[in-house]
Amino acid sequence: MQTELWSLYGLMLKSRLFEEAIACLWHEGRISGEMHLGTGEEGIIAGVVDHLRDDDAMALDHRGSAAFLMRGIDPVLILRELLGRPDGLCGGMGGHMHLFSKEHLAASSGIVGAAGPAAAGFALAGQILRPHSVAVAFFGEGSMNQGMLMESLNLASVWKLPVLFVCKDDGWAITTKPAQSTAGNLDERAQGLGVPVVVADGRDVMSVWEAAGKAIERARSGLGPTFLHARCVHLEGHFLGLQLIRILRDPLREIPPIPGPLIKSILQPGGAPFRERLEGLRIVFTVVIATLRDPRRDPINDPLKRTRAILRSEAGRLQELENQIQKEMDNIITSALMEVAS
Amino acid sequence: MKTMSFSQAIDDALAQAMASDPRIILLGEDIQLMQRALLVRFGSKRVRNTPISESAFLGAGIAASMAGLKPVVELYMVDFLGVCIDALINHAAKVEAFSGGKWTAPVVVRAPCSGGYGDGGQHEQSLWGWLAHIPGLTVLVPSTPADAGGLMMAALQCDGPVVFLEPKLLSEMWLDFLGSGGRRTVKYDVPPEGAKGPVPKKWEPVPIGKAAVRCVGSDITIACVGIGVHRAMKAAELLRADGISAEILDLRTVSPLDTPSLFESVSKTGHLLVVDEDYEGFGLSGELSATLLERGIPFQFSRLCTQTTIPYAHSREEQALPNVERIYASAKELLLALPG
Repeated sequence: MQTELWSLYGLMLKSRLFEEAIACLWHEGRISGEMHLGTGEEGIIAGVVDHLRDDDAMALDHRGSAAFLMRGIDPVLILRELLGRPDGLCGGMGGHMHLFSKEHLAASSGIVGAAGPAAAGFALAGQILRPHSVAVAFFGEGSMNQGMLMESLNLASVWKLPVLFVCKDDGWAITTKPAQSTAGNLDERAQGLGVPVVVADGRDVMSVWEAAGKAIERARSGLGPTFLHARCVHLEGHFLGLQLIRILRDPLREIPPIPGPLIKSILQPGGAPFRERLEGLRIVFTVVIATLRDPRRDPINDPLKRTRAILRSEAGRLQELENQIQKEMDNIITSALMEVAS
Repeated sequence: MKTMSFSQAIDDALAQAMASDPRIILLGEDIQLMQRALLVRFGSKRVRNTPISESAFLGAGIAASMAGLKPVVELYMVDFLGVCIDALINHAAKVEAFSGGKWTAPVVVRAPCSGGYGDGGQHEQSLWGWLAHIPGLTVLVPSTPADAGGLMMAALQCDGPVVFLEPKLLSEMWLDFLGSGGRRTVKYDVPPEGAKGPVPKKWEPVPIGKAAVRCVGSDITIACVGIGVHRAMKAAELLRADGISAEILDLRTVSPLDTPSLFESVSKTGHLLVVDEDYEGFGLSGELSATLLERGIPFQFSRLCTQTTIPYAHSREEQALPNVERIYASAKELLLALPG
């Protein structure tokens, strides 16, 4: 187990450093549009991807850069893609939400829930063409309310498809909490469709690695899909620059413009009775307070810090590994940013 | 004169309508935070957060409209209609015909559209031609704050399903949410006249199916919607310097089309250039041309539309979408072409 932990920590660290570099480039304005990072969910991605073999497939959501990197897809090409360069992984056509690698059978989508049918289809092809291969679907808990994902769980169940459905549960659908949007219990939903459920702690990479290993073995041996439910905390929220996170990081700039329009609106004649208006205000404040309380700073919720705390018992080896990965990542970033001689 | 930003105008018109019509409710993902000013004024019964279940909440919004409510269903972007298109094309659009004209679905579907901020081909489509293809759907694409508010008022009074599309490049709110995320290091080519402008003191509906002549001209008609209008206005300035007089026809409504205004303008100029950020094939540009041909109006035709999946790379995206330089060049080329 200790051997695995070292290699999983290496994977996670590489991904973290890579995504921190992406965040810098995004803040510098060199990456356009939205940017959904996987920082905080590395324990889930590493714990699953580490089990994948050559013939296996991955269906990813809008947050797929970490899985691409950990699957062994050239990070230089990924980063160039994010920079919109013609020499990027997809020629600058896709960007981070639409990363594709045919040779790795890895496909992303910015449409919530789309990883479900995609993994089912990859698994179907695998069942016929590549015996003992599996397909993994990565998605957030918010997408469990999307019809196509629920339909895919059912389809995979009746066809005994070799799929691992990985629900990365951070308890936020952008700004909406599950209490407002998700009825019942997700594990029971999957079970109700005949898909066995394993629950792992997404902040603890070994917990995910062990659970995923068993589920993937089960799929390889033809016993059908599993629903792996793992909780995590996204260190940057839904995406970089989400206003709720900006309020946390830069309150002096972000908070002052907010109350004006709200006060104006609450006092405006015509509309709901005052009690309902106050209730509306309470809803807005509840979301803000939930964000403020969000446990981002607690090291227990950071899969890297948790693993590091264990590996620190071998301080010399840890230092050496970290230095080596840092150097490797520096080289990757330098190389990705290098202009092509024309 | 009162001025407002594009998004402010829509929300202000919505608020005015909601204050006088308690049947209007808003549904959408994260809407209680995105539309927090409306939430604190009208309460959580009327401004409702939805799960990420477009098929369910769009379908429910449509049926609720059939049963007496006036729902405004918001999607994050028009691209996501792909997930729930059944509700719109097989249900909302069909109720009136299927019921022998006795029942309608007066729902408003509000969705940001179009690109210009480097978000890639699954998040920057325009798709109004695809929607306008379906009989029974009204499709609106405002290009100024005044039209945005006025067309929202008209949409709310319409006795059938309306798709109300908001070019994201005109909306400070969407550009901040999806584009800059608070960054000061990115800039977008935002047409200032579309992003902010004069609005009436009290909102009145802008008639559906009525185009606006933004610039009177005699040599060439440039028909356009959304961002295309502002790009075409810039190109018209360049053309004017060359002694070419371009008439800019802002269609405002893709379906129903204002064919009388189109006929009048093209009969006068004899040249039509369609500027369309939506896809070229089987779309608005071909429809305009067919309509004129059926009418027997002689004209020279050219179009500048999006031909491919919109590239993520911002520099390539700028080339894929109609821009001022290409509109100018296409207009010149069309006027230089020998007839026949």
